[in-house]
Amino acid sequence: MTTEDMVKTSARSKTEDMLNEYIPILILTITAALFAAINLVLSHLLGPRKSSRSKLSVYESGMKPRGDARHRFSIKFYLIAMVFIIFDIEVVFLYPWALIFRQYVAAGPFILIEMLVFIGILVLGYIYVWKKGGLTWD
Amino acid sequence: MELLSSLIFMLVIAAALLGFVMLLALILVLAERKVSAYMQDRVGPRRVGPFGSLQTIADAIKLLLKEDIISLQADRKLFILAPYLVFVSSFAVFAAIPFGRNLIASDINIGILYIMAISSVVVLGIIMAGWASNSKWALLGAMRSAAQMVSYEIPLALSILSVIMLVGSLRMQDIVGAQSGGLFSAQNRWILLDNPFTFLAFFIYFISALSEVNRTPFDLPEAESELVAGFHTEYSGMRFALFFLAEYANMFAVSAIAVTLFLGGWSGILPGYTFLNGVPGFVIKVSVLVFVIMWLRWTLPRLRVDQLMSVCWKYLIPIAFFNLIGVGVWILIFD
Repeated sequence: MTTEDMVKTSARSKTEDMLNEYIPILILTITAALFAAINLVLSHLLGPRKSSRSKLSVYESGMKPRGDARHRFSIKFYLIAMVFIIFDIEVVFLYPWALIFRQYVAAGPFILIEMLVFIGILVLGYIYVWKKGGLTWD
Repeated sequence: MELLSSLIFMLVIAAALLGFVMLLALILVLAERKVSAYMQDRVGPRRVGPFGSLQTIADAIKLLLKEDIISLQADRKLFILAPYLVFVSSFAVFAAIPFGRNLIASDINIGILYIMAISSVVVLGIIMAGWASNSKWALLGAMRSAAQMVSYEIPLALSILSVIMLVGSLRMQDIVGAQSGGLFSAQNRWILLDNPFTFLAFFIYFISALSEVNRTPFDLPEAESELVAGFHTEYSGMRFALFFLAEYANMFAVSAIAVTLFLGGWSGILPGYTFLNGVPGFVIKVSVLVFVIMWLRWTLPRLRVDQLMSVCWKYLIPIAFFNLIGVGVWILIFD
């Protein structure tokens, strides 16, 4: 076996180990779903079944429901969603940086300055959104 | 054969963890009622079992025996799917929370990132529940809830970043290991006390986490006086119980994450894992935080929607960014 082969094998087994760590999570998820399902089935079997038309209608403060809820809603929610996506992606970009920060900061402040530039650009956008009133909810 | 036995082993672990979390949720529901009662000068539940200790179990049985109602207007498939999504994702968070030296279901190398990713799935379940209900209250509650939860996710993620910068690892056990010195030692102190910026980061985390789990003063999504019950207005019986259990499990989870990230996790208060270490210490620390969350409920009034959004976008996010830079500068100067 050449060194190259050995490196390849170890890389592969490393990936497998990493994937193996997720098996307990998968099993946990399945167990939780099963628990929920069993409870719902039990409830379905044990509970009474006496439904009437008004019992099966949606709750609208005791009045007869008017129309359905498929209406348009405030644009504010869309704005928040868009601003959220921008900021969330920025934060996700910061994670790998934070992970190696301590290792690299010993060599000098370059890694910090880099991120200051990155955050600076974000702050410009933030000020713009604020000035445009995108963060005000009224 | 080996595969089968390890599979069974993992199933047993999963069932034990699930049982533990369910028991915890039941205890927390009772604790909440007792704490609320004493804060309002009442005694709370006391009829079922000694000091009312079996009250939540009686409530759970009652919910189990209730009729399973799905309204005719609802989008049936999504309506059924939503509680599963919320329940499973809030339970899956516990897979990466270290309860003790070896008590962690899976110590994956991206621990904290996994927790953040999986806990944001809850939002999907909530929107799904609100939309599928086809009820106005449910839809309004779900939209508010979603807007609130995604907004506060940003300061939450930023405050966690300062911990990662200090520790240099996303693995939960590494984060606990970095705080093995306990409360007072000069080295490897609790991250809360590592420097002024991490001290602030803890509070940013805690405020955002309160909002993430929709607790007072951020309980707008289920503001009873405005929105009936928010996104789960149309849910009854066991389906409602799943949302309810998930809510209390979440409350424990965010406190457990706060303890792991900032308050030493399962390691003790004194160095060398001596005093109050392991599971008892961890549970005590988490219980204190959970008590604070319940305490806040009876202390602070609910915010208005516009206040809620400006707290997040105009205060917490800039403070969190400033704080992040502060941690960076601190590490640069003092390490």
